[in-house]
Amino acid sequence: MKNGKSGTIVRYNRWAYIFLIPFMVVFIVFQLIPLVNTIYNSFFEHYMSGLKEIGPNFAGLANYGELFKGGDLLKYFGNTMIMWILGFIPQILVSLILGAWFSDPSLRLKAQPFFKTVIYLPNLIMASAFSMLFFTLFADTGPINQLLTGLGVFKEAYSFMSHVGSVRGLVAAMNFLMWFGNTTILLMAGMLGIDTALYEAAEVDGATSSQVFTKITLPLLKPILIYVMITSLIGGLQMFDVPQILTNGSGDPMRSSMTLIMFLNKHLFSKNYGIGGALSVCLFFITSILSFIVFRINNAGDN
Amino acid sequence: MEKKEKGLSVGTRRTIAYVVLAIISFLCLFWFYMLLINSTRSHAELGRGFRLIPGGYMIANLKGMLNGTQPILNGLLNSVIVATCTAALSVYFSTLTAFAIHAYDFKLKKPLFTFILAIMMIPTQVTALGFIQLIRKMNLMNSFIPLIIPAIAAPITFFYLKQYMETALPHELLEAARIDGASEITIFNKIALPIMVPGIAVQLIFTFVSSWNNYFTPALVLVDNDKKKTLPILIAMLRAADFLKFDMGIVYMTIAFSIFPVVVVYLLLSKYIVGGVAVGAVKG
Repeated sequence: MKNGKSGTIVRYNRWAYIFLIPFMVVFIVFQLIPLVNTIYNSFFEHYMSGLKEIGPNFAGLANYGELFKGGDLLKYFGNTMIMWILGFIPQILVSLILGAWFSDPSLRLKAQPFFKTVIYLPNLIMASAFSMLFFTLFADTGPINQLLTGLGVFKEAYSFMSHVGSVRGLVAAMNFLMWFGNTTILLMAGMLGIDTALYEAAEVDGATSSQVFTKITLPLLKPILIYVMITSLIGGLQMFDVPQILTNGSGDPMRSSMTLIMFLNKHLFSKNYGIGGALSVCLFFITSILSFIVFRINNAGDN
Repeated sequence: MEKKEKGLSVGTRRTIAYVVLAIISFLCLFWFYMLLINSTRSHAELGRGFRLIPGGYMIANLKGMLNGTQPILNGLLNSVIVATCTAALSVYFSTLTAFAIHAYDFKLKKPLFTFILAIMMIPTQVTALGFIQLIRKMNLMNSFIPLIIPAIAAPITFFYLKQYMETALPHELLEAARIDGASEITIFNKIALPIMVPGIAVQLIFTFVSSWNNYFTPALVLVDNDKKKTLPILIAMLRAADFLKFDMGIVYMTIAFSIFPVVVVYLLLSKYIVGGVAVGAVKG
């Protein structure tokens, strides 16, 4: 028999479904339907030839074949990864050191709120405006060249925008500046969560600060480090604003800084629905696998 | 190496830490300082060389920017409208979704929570193609609606607020309100929302800033009318235009105009923002 109390609880709980309606409706309309539609598009020949629309005609996996043909996709994937790694390595190293210093009670660093505020600042800056700023500062006649030629470092202005290394380096530097503060704060939170008794025991045993760092902090930080790495990799695969603005969408010199999403963006603007769809599906699968790993890490504590 | 390390006293390590922190702070701030200085100098002054002190052309550059070919004030207004509506809707409905999962016991509670976590990392770019086709079919191209409404389903905002709710909103409080005869909608609006204000404030700021800075989706949706474009698109148009014809003082002023509103808000609220980053980011 249903008693009064459980009856009212059931009546209350019905509200959960009502409150979930907005999220679910918006998710289905603006994310799920577009996703299904994107996958559907990837199997059709559908593009613009001048002003004429070709298709949609069912094409099976032809778009995927077309996408992988010629090696452009691999080249752009390589560009994206190179620029991500160039930014990520200094990011993780600096963040580990800063995190260790901020969370080390024996150092008693003063002005911590100031430093944290400063290092987090670039994360909130509009990436497109930041990239535009770097473009103007590093232009051939820009202030950085004026400074470096003035100091005698260069004999004549160095054209940062026409060398592969400097364009990739600038993109990586901006990504580093924008993300190391965020990573520092995450790692620091992880470090503060480590049982202080471990550090006290190490101190009694006469361990040096570098031994404490490599033998205690790093191993215990491993789950957070993996989390940071994979979320950064997912972010890296989405790299767009910075190289897009810096190179005006060209990915020059010689498409060496063209990322996967810049490539996708080109297809979207020229209404290449078939190839664009196939590229989206590939990106979707890569990020899904990576997300699944993050998801498992986040839920590891529950099991 | 090991022996050397042992010799380092706390004082030495502290000094190294301060020096490194000073260098890194310089690396973070230098660009914005340059931007500030250059936006106060005239085109001719900028051509003459690198300077560290401000010039006297701030007002002139500001006027030049406002009277220029780009509808910067429209851009500012559009960005404010889109970011404010996005932040308000996204945070209100994310709190509501978090409340539904937190406050009730229902059959699909666990599967739905897992589902939302699972879709958290899907980037908007991979569904952009289908999204734009849908928006075109709905006749919503060049409208702000496709930039604002989708933010109602924001799994990351939801996750943060759900984590926050676990510590901030005890079930006993909800029970007490029910005994007093409050409806579930009243309980959410009058009890849960006010208690969640600190967490909501953090997410309002984050959502506002990410919408303010967003370039990819607005650039696909707001294509035809320059007066309806947001600031990041205007910045991209500035980059795409023939650069040498521009007054560089005005270019710097335009960049500063897009960046500094967020910097000012950030500096005023940095205590809450920096503190809010780590919470809810990593579970356990």
